[in-house]
Amino acid sequence: MAELQLNSVEKTYGNGYKAVHGIDLQVKEGEFMVLVGPSGCAKSTTLRMIAGLETVTGGEVRIGDKVVNDLVPGKRGVAMVFQNYALYPHMKVARNLSFGLRLKRTPKDLIDSATANVSGILEIEELLDRLPKQLSGGQAQRVALGRALIKQPEVFLFDEPLSNLDAKLRASMRVRITDLHKRLRAEGRPATVVYVTHDQVEAMTMGDRICVMKDGHIMQVADPETLYERPANAFVAGFIGMPEMNLFDAVLTHERGLPSLTSDGQTITVQDGLAGRINAPDGPVTLGIRPQQLDVVAPGTDGAFTGEISNLEFMGHEVNLHARIGAAHVVAVVPTERFDSALSRGDRIGLKPRGAQIHLFDAETGGNVSLAATGT
Amino acid sequence: MTQLVDIHAETGTPRPPTALEMRLRRRARLNASARYLLLVVVGLVMIYPLIWLIGASFKTNAEIFSSPWFWPGKPTIQGYIDGWKTSTPYTFGHFFINSMQIVIPKVIGTAISCTLVAYGFARFEFPGKRVLFAILIATLLLPDVVTRIPQYLLFRELGWLDTYLPLFAPAWLAGDAFFVFMVIQFLRAVPREMEEAARVDGANTIQTLIYIVVPMLAPAIVSVCLFQFMWTMNDFLGPLIYISTVEKYPISLALKLSIDATEAFNWNSILAMTVLALTPSLAVFFMAQKSFIEGISTGGVKG
Repeated sequence: MAELQLNSVEKTYGNGYKAVHGIDLQVKEGEFMVLVGPSGCAKSTTLRMIAGLETVTGGEVRIGDKVVNDLVPGKRGVAMVFQNYALYPHMKVARNLSFGLRLKRTPKDLIDSATANVSGILEIEELLDRLPKQLSGGQAQRVALGRALIKQPEVFLFDEPLSNLDAKLRASMRVRITDLHKRLRAEGRPATVVYVTHDQVEAMTMGDRICVMKDGHIMQVADPETLYERPANAFVAGFIGMPEMNLFDAVLTHERGLPSLTSDGQTITVQDGLAGRINAPDGPVTLGIRPQQLDVVAPGTDGAFTGEISNLEFMGHEVNLHARIGAAHVVAVVPTERFDSALSRGDRIGLKPRGAQIHLFDAETGGNVSLAATGT
Repeated sequence: MTQLVDIHAETGTPRPPTALEMRLRRRARLNASARYLLLVVVGLVMIYPLIWLIGASFKTNAEIFSSPWFWPGKPTIQGYIDGWKTSTPYTFGHFFINSMQIVIPKVIGTAISCTLVAYGFARFEFPGKRVLFAILIATLLLPDVVTRIPQYLLFRELGWLDTYLPLFAPAWLAGDAFFVFMVIQFLRAVPREMEEAARVDGANTIQTLIYIVVPMLAPAIVSVCLFQFMWTMNDFLGPLIYISTVEKYPISLALKLSIDATEAFNWNSILAMTVLALTPSLAVFFMAQKSFIEGISTGGVKG
């Protein structure tokens, strides 16, 4: 196992299109790094450059102490799991697993013991004599995982491996992969993993650290908690979290030393939790507040915006309350037991953001300007 | 659904069909019969010459032209015996072997060279690829006749006249653009991930081709081999131009030979040998039918 380093890696295609804009990323030995972003953010391209399936047109990719830019994929010490499994259709599962080892002319007894070991870990022993077309999606993905595992690579690469599975199976495979990662770590051979996904649930639950990408740039690299609590910019704030963070335009002013926010002609003064954090002058900002951190109160309450309910979604344990504050559409998540069932569409309500959880983003750059309290 | 079940069904007595249902059923049956009758008639018209050929090969010479009916009145295998002996010092088996000496190298050469060229075009970027591919397609459109004379002169300069080389050497150099195109189309429908997985597994280009691409291409390659086999077996003009010694004649020329050599044509022996000449193609076709259909349907239509 080894550390993986990307140093100002760039990808420019033959037609001049620049997909990756000089990204720097360090994946520590044994770390589970998730690359996440909307489609088209070049996360897969980045992964394929690490694998050697795309040429690197600028910067360097380092695995361990080797620069691997010009090495063919087979010599980089990586193993990859593909979204559509990419099992060799004409080979039985056992041969699929051992293909890489056989190419390296590994002695047969070693191949056999490795196959037995891996198929034991992934519980695919009874599938060894089947052809890929006789496998279900989950089984095929486990075989694909086994094919990566058997090589004992320096770095594991996953390219949206669970996207082709149904929701239930996806959840169990998610756990299986993280379990496997922990198990390898406990056995003293930690696996360095780069895992690409567009699914933020996968990213948040699986990653030791998460790298959020957009349009070939890295927006933030941090552990899941930091990403959620202290997003570096409005993009990360909006991307991570369900439902999305509410983001709307506001104007920041200060009254008697307390920050005030004006939106849609309404001004609220935030009593606590925000004052010490702001490191931007008064002026237009983007106000961000998560739906779970927006309290529903009586209209006209101090520190609350007044809005009108536009929709109510009953989710079981909670209610998603959609409201309009002027032109802005905001969502508040209210636990069902605290929800006032007399409320209905068209009612006027107060929505009070909790001061400590308000984020303010620069209206121009989108950078978070409310992180100052604990440094950064 | 249960609500829709006929109440009579529950009591076990089938409800008698209404007059309308009877009429519809009768009409459907009539329609089907008419359709099948038409298909059978057209099918028979198409295949009758072949049936007649096989039947006539067992007829006596006199009977062949006296009756259009295919069934021989006095079946005889004299045609086969005479035909096999031929009017030359060689038996017909000799010509079969000659044909195989052309067909086998040609089929193998085509399979190998077309796969290599198609793999190159379908999977790699190289300078001049577009131009080369355009030239490849252009040769598809070129009539055969145009290249006959230059080719003849070329092979004469090489000293290859009256050998089998002019007949199969071009196939080793992917001379059949049609087959290359067919394999390319098939390969385009095959996802690349398998090859990428093989590369990550440590396979180089040639290993990827042999272990991964060729097995996946099998149906297309079988189709290519089959077409090439049949077309080469049936090729008359090629051997006619390049082969001048009777000893080296393939089947197609040998059949013609029996027409030339005798004054009164022994039609039954010619027909008998024609039947024999057809057999290998038919046998190969039926053996490879399944892959063949998969090959042309994926390669050609879906693209």
